Amino acid sequence: MAKRVGLEVSIAVGDAVKLANADVVAAYPITPQTHIVEHLAELVANGELQASYIPVESEHSAMSACAGASAVGARTFTATASQGLELMHEVLYIASAMRLPIVMTVANRALSAPISIWCDHSDAMAVRDTGWIQVFVENGQETVDNVICAFRIGEDKRVLLPVMIHLDGFSLTHVIEPIMLPERAEVDKFLPPYNHPLTLDPEKPVTMGAFGPPFIYTEVKWAQEVNLEAAKKVILECWQEFGKAFGRYYSPVESYHSEGAKVLLLTMGSLSETAMVAVDKMRGEGKDVGLLKLRLWRPFPFAELRQAVRDAEVLIVLDRAISFGGPGGPVCSEIKAALYHEAKKPKVIGFVGGLGGRDISMSGFEKMMNQGVEIAQTGSEREFEIFGVRE
Amino acid sequence: MAKTKARPKARAEGELSWKDIEIGCIITEPGSGSQFKTGDWRSRRPVIDFNQCNKCTLCYYYCPEGCIAKTPEGYFEADLFYCKGCGICAEECPKDAITMVEEEK
Repeated sequence: MAKRVGLEVSIAVGDAVKLANADVVAAYPITPQTHIVEHLAELVANGELQASYIPVESEHSAMSACAGASAVGARTFTATASQGLELMHEVLYIASAMRLPIVMTVANRALSAPISIWCDHSDAMAVRDTGWIQVFVENGQETVDNVICAFRIGEDKRVLLPVMIHLDGFSLTHVIEPIMLPERAEVDKFLPPYNHPLTLDPEKPVTMGAFGPPFIYTEVKWAQEVNLEAAKKVILECWQEFGKAFGRYYSPVESYHSEGAKVLLLTMGSLSETAMVAVDKMRGEGKDVGLLKLRLWRPFPFAELRQAVRDAEVLIVLDRAISFGGPGGPVCSEIKAALYHEAKKPKVIGFVGGLGGRDISMSGFEKMMNQGVEIAQTGSEREFEIFGVRE
Repeated sequence: MAKTKARPKARAEGELSWKDIEIGCIITEPGSGSQFKTGDWRSRRPVIDFNQCNKCTLCYYYCPEGCIAKTPEGYFEADLFYCKGCGICAEECPKDAITMVEEEK
């Protein structure tokens, strides 16, 4: 039986990777990801995890080493954040296009300048189009569960894609939470061994990452897109199986009192926890509000999102990143696009807030929702609202 | 690049569908590149005058594509399926037997 333990979420991530029996960990330490990889280095050094730990000289090398390891058939894990994720950027595309099911936790952190070690989602949004499966989690338990699921989803022969688990830096990575840590036998039963059909093997040589002239590139990219879209079925299946085995169920768009609510707020990551409390309070005061939490970011859950907002009149979307000179927040602009052709759709009001570790409190969410409803009625000259900025 | 079982011999460009692509565009067959026409961006092609040629083999050795082969008569000719028109053969030919001619169509 799984035990409920009090663990720092980063340590729990390391333990989850140990339970998944990773073969290779290649990582470069960067705040606020450090505790994850330090713990893994310890587990390997103590012999508790039979894996190679490759202490590389940069994140670019970390992802390159992971690509090589995954290509020979090793179960591979890494973690990074912010500038580190940006430094490995070009290799991210290679990992997904070469269909290497690397699992990576990203301890979401703002991008420089100015240097900020604190959380927002600008690092995640910058790697939106890299072809990875991407999942946002909101607490420690979800992190552990989804790290285990990530290996199973990515390594599924119908998928064979890398998976990023986004967890908020500090507000999750450095917080001690009660976590149900599964037993080894339970994880072994849930997670089959990694067996890629085409690995680098001298007995059966193959070439990976070769030249793709104009006559083939479009076909390769379309095959990749079809594959990522088709991965959704496997993701849903995996979450269902995980629920049956461990009693905790996940879905692409999670709802909290959203059924039939006229005003909906949509959040991602750890701020969803505060938003739930704000929704409770407002509902207690008789306000018709609900919350949606976008868990699956890639592949984007179009059908689930459309279904979830069907009855709402106003949908307020919080982005923790700015698309400079663009429509405000990447999440909001994608949601607007997803709803554009719907006959019946809510007014979508975008807020950008929670940047660089700026907290949004319960009363902050109340204020945001009230302001959003007001803007939905009166209109605004801006493409989006910036939340909590000092004039 | 293409799935191994797909076909035995060269497919011209434009015949491979996205469904024929191997996982991750991985190449499972050594030398499969020879199935694909790489001589399609040539702007000049080598024309060899057999009357000048003394069969010295220098063009054969210098060709970076390895696309020059011996004819049954012992002369040398470029395979235009692969030749990119670099002109190294013409440059190196000690008998000036090779002329680079503009590709007009």
